[in-house]
Amino acid sequence: MLLDFGNVGMLLLVALVFPLLALGTAFFIRPRPRQHGIEKSLPYECGVDTVGETWVQFRASYFLYALVFVAFDIETVFLYLWAIKFQELGKFAFIEMFIFLNILLVGLGYAWKKGALEWK
Amino acid sequence: MQEITGLFKIAEILRGILGHFLPDPQLVDICMSLINIGAIFTIISLTAVVLVYTERKVSAFMQRRSGPNRVGPGGTLQSVADMIKLMAKEDIMPAGADKWMWILAPILLFIPAAAVFVVFPFDNKAIFADLNIGIFYFIAMSSQSVLPFLMAGWASNNKYSLVGGMRTVAQMLSYEVPMVLSILGIVMLAGSMRMSTIVAAQQHTWFIVLQPIAFVVYVITATAEINRAPFDLVEGESEIVAGPFTEYTGMRWALFFLAEYANLLAVSVIATTLFLGGWNGPWLPGWVWFFLKVGGMIFLFMWFRWTFPRLRIDQLMSFGWKVLLPLALLNIIVTGIGMYIYEFFS
Repeated sequence: MLLDFGNVGMLLLVALVFPLLALGTAFFIRPRPRQHGIEKSLPYECGVDTVGETWVQFRASYFLYALVFVAFDIETVFLYLWAIKFQELGKFAFIEMFIFLNILLVGLGYAWKKGALEWK
Repeated sequence: MQEITGLFKIAEILRGILGHFLPDPQLVDICMSLINIGAIFTIISLTAVVLVYTERKVSAFMQRRSGPNRVGPGGTLQSVADMIKLMAKEDIMPAGADKWMWILAPILLFIPAAAVFVVFPFDNKAIFADLNIGIFYFIAMSSQSVLPFLMAGWASNNKYSLVGGMRTVAQMLSYEVPMVLSILGIVMLAGSMRMSTIVAAQQHTWFIVLQPIAFVVYVITATAEINRAPFDLVEGESEIVAGPFTEYTGMRWALFFLAEYANLLAVSVIATTLFLGGWNGPWLPGWVWFFLKVGGMIFLFMWFRWTFPRLRIDQLMSFGWKVLLPLALLNIIVTGIGMYIYEFFS
């Protein structure tokens, strides 16, 4: 098992080096014009000059979805542990399933009722 | 005990050859790991080259065009030409960009896309690291790609990119919940998260037979996770140019592309492993079956692209939360009751 996770670590290292190598190769191949005008590096917005600031306050709907996501994702993490042992635990796991999924369903129903799932 | 066949046999032969030259068995292990890593990265690079060509040919086929047919026989070298072109492109950073975040985004996106390949069972025992948390590792790693998308969108100093980045987060987070829940049914049936155990459990019955709802939910959410049509609001060419990639050129853009196709392969492999029986199949060797099934899944994803129109974002969100999520929860309840009744009677 330890060797397996060591392998994963090694692959992660190579995965970090691989894009750097690709970018490095491109660095030597690509052309480097001595100078280019300010127009070239303007943000591309369909040929129209950009107006105002880009980094503005964003709509709150995204934030609401993120909150609901956090709640659900953590619950699903716990469900995985339960799912592995489902066959061995028998009746206990069966009853627990209804309790746990009820919590999830009530949470979903609450978010639904409160309008957190509406795109406004 | 099954006979040693296929890709694992090649690995054993290589190990034998290395054992002749290297004195220490640990050194042989390390060498084998490096060879495996090399194989994985070859697969990732080749996938991008082959899939770009396939995608263009498939879409041409569906629209009754001939597609790329100039470079090489039947246009087969088109992707190679594209790759060389991308390498030789000038590197332009947009004015006012958040420099380090902008540089880091494509690199960070590539890491999770490559890292998930660790747990893929290509053939009997041909798996790089058979982790006991296999499928969980896949879910954890693949969800890391949300952040680089947001980084790219934010750092580009472009309004289209920012909208694209925000959409990515909303979409990928929303569709991750039903995806994780649809995989849960498989874990219940197999009683393990280890990939080899899940494949072995499907020797007689593929899980698609036992979990048809989960398969449908998985395929839909997987399409959304890899940002492909009809869920390509992230890139939505006609609305926001190319979303987070708008300001990237040359090799940096190619890294996004590479990660995208690696992800397409990854979700197809997971669909094959979890629902279509992995390398199990009669007559042909395991890895041939495996790649046939993966190819079928990839074709399905390409088919979607030319069949369904793009969704609007409010439709997308309400579909994910109000249809797929209750459906996935219901699937777990039905699976639980079904398994309990099955055990009760047997």
